[in-house]
Amino acid sequence: MRNSISPDHAASLVPDGAVVMIGGFMGVGTPRRIIDALVARGARGLTVIANDTAWPGLGIGKLITAGCVSHAIVSHIGTNPETQARMIAGEIKVELVPQGTLAERIRAAGAGLGGVLTPTGLGTMAAQGKQTVRIGSRDYLLETALGADVALVAARSADYLGNLVYSLTARNFNPLMAMAASCVVAEPNEVVPTGVLPPDSIHTPGVLVDYLIERWQIR
Amino acid sequence: MDPRELIARRVALELHDNTLVNLGIGLPTMVTQFVPPGLRIYFQSENGIIGFGERPPEGMEDVHLTDAGGAFVSAKPGAVAFDSAMSFALIRGGHVDLTVLGGLQVDRRGRLANWIIPDKLVPGMGGAMDLVTGARRVIVAMNHTQKGEPKIVEELTLPATSDRRVTLIVTEMAVIEPNADGLVLRELAPGVTVDAVIAATRAELTIAPQLTSMRLQA
Repeated sequence: MRNSISPDHAASLVPDGAVVMIGGFMGVGTPRRIIDALVARGARGLTVIANDTAWPGLGIGKLITAGCVSHAIVSHIGTNPETQARMIAGEIKVELVPQGTLAERIRAAGAGLGGVLTPTGLGTMAAQGKQTVRIGSRDYLLETALGADVALVAARSADYLGNLVYSLTARNFNPLMAMAASCVVAEPNEVVPTGVLPPDSIHTPGVLVDYLIERWQIR
Repeated sequence: MDPRELIARRVALELHDNTLVNLGIGLPTMVTQFVPPGLRIYFQSENGIIGFGERPPEGMEDVHLTDAGGAFVSAKPGAVAFDSAMSFALIRGGHVDLTVLGGLQVDRRGRLANWIIPDKLVPGMGGAMDLVTGARRVIVAMNHTQKGEPKIVEELTLPATSDRRVTLIVTEMAVIEPNADGLVLRELAPGVTVDAVIAATRAELTIAPQLTSMRLQA
């Protein structure tokens, strides 16, 4: 049995200065209620690991606008001019990582690996300061594992044990992040009785999930 | 014909039956409109789906189903959804037969730059570096010039997306194939002369002995 907590409680699990992974791809599959609570709490100095910073007013974009983020490790910021403006103003440090490399670095952290070897980024700015390793006749970049203090993930369904099922393209980085942080908070659209989700269809085992966000208030 | 449509119609001829294809945002996405009849193409979007389809009817969109540009899409029967690690394993692992991407510059060695203009535009590379590195074939679909400035250059002045040589460059003027010796001009768009292409290109071009006019998907 997992504890269900309020979005405000979840926000209190993300202290100022924390390294936090947030699922989603341009806001799709991002836990919106937790983000609203982080903005309401006035979180500061967060290092956010995510695919992107969405748009102003959407998903992670709300955290950028509210000044919660001091460091973003993402694959692109092209859809959020505010992230770019704050980066140029020196308010946010942005570390750009190729999307596939970001996924594998997160996966590595959750899988107990020190990192991965990838050809992506060879001969580009993404290779700066990184070790090149030759395997056979090919070169690879050594990309180190990337873990976090807290992972905030969004799911379509959860059961009482915290087993999670994601929906279509809202899955993206969520299952990887649910493996890669010390504390995992999941925001499901619905919570169903244990046993309703078929074992073969579960994407994230509930034992990895520390907290579920409670259902919406119906009145 | 609209230059973007011309480019899309030419790129569409590079689609092969029963293949996995990833199209970049913008112009490359137009290629879906010109898929030759009878071909079964599996379109991948790097946010985690193979087999997405056209935008649903107004009001029927699923907020959990978009393409990599964030636009609402549908899922065709047989579509498959997966996480980002799987999505990029497909891309990096050589399982994607073809990617079509926009470009800022391509140089004589066939290297593409398309993710950053330092100090001006810093969108980030997203999935572009993985796609150019890992897809079996990489086609750059772009305008030949930008505000009169050639985009095909001797040496990149913008940061490279990959050191891998792209397969083909398709512009509204020409089809150019980079190979080990440089850039080969293979096809000319309707009404375009060799001299016009050379004038709009800032890199040495070899003229293919069998230079033809640009073939276009109807």
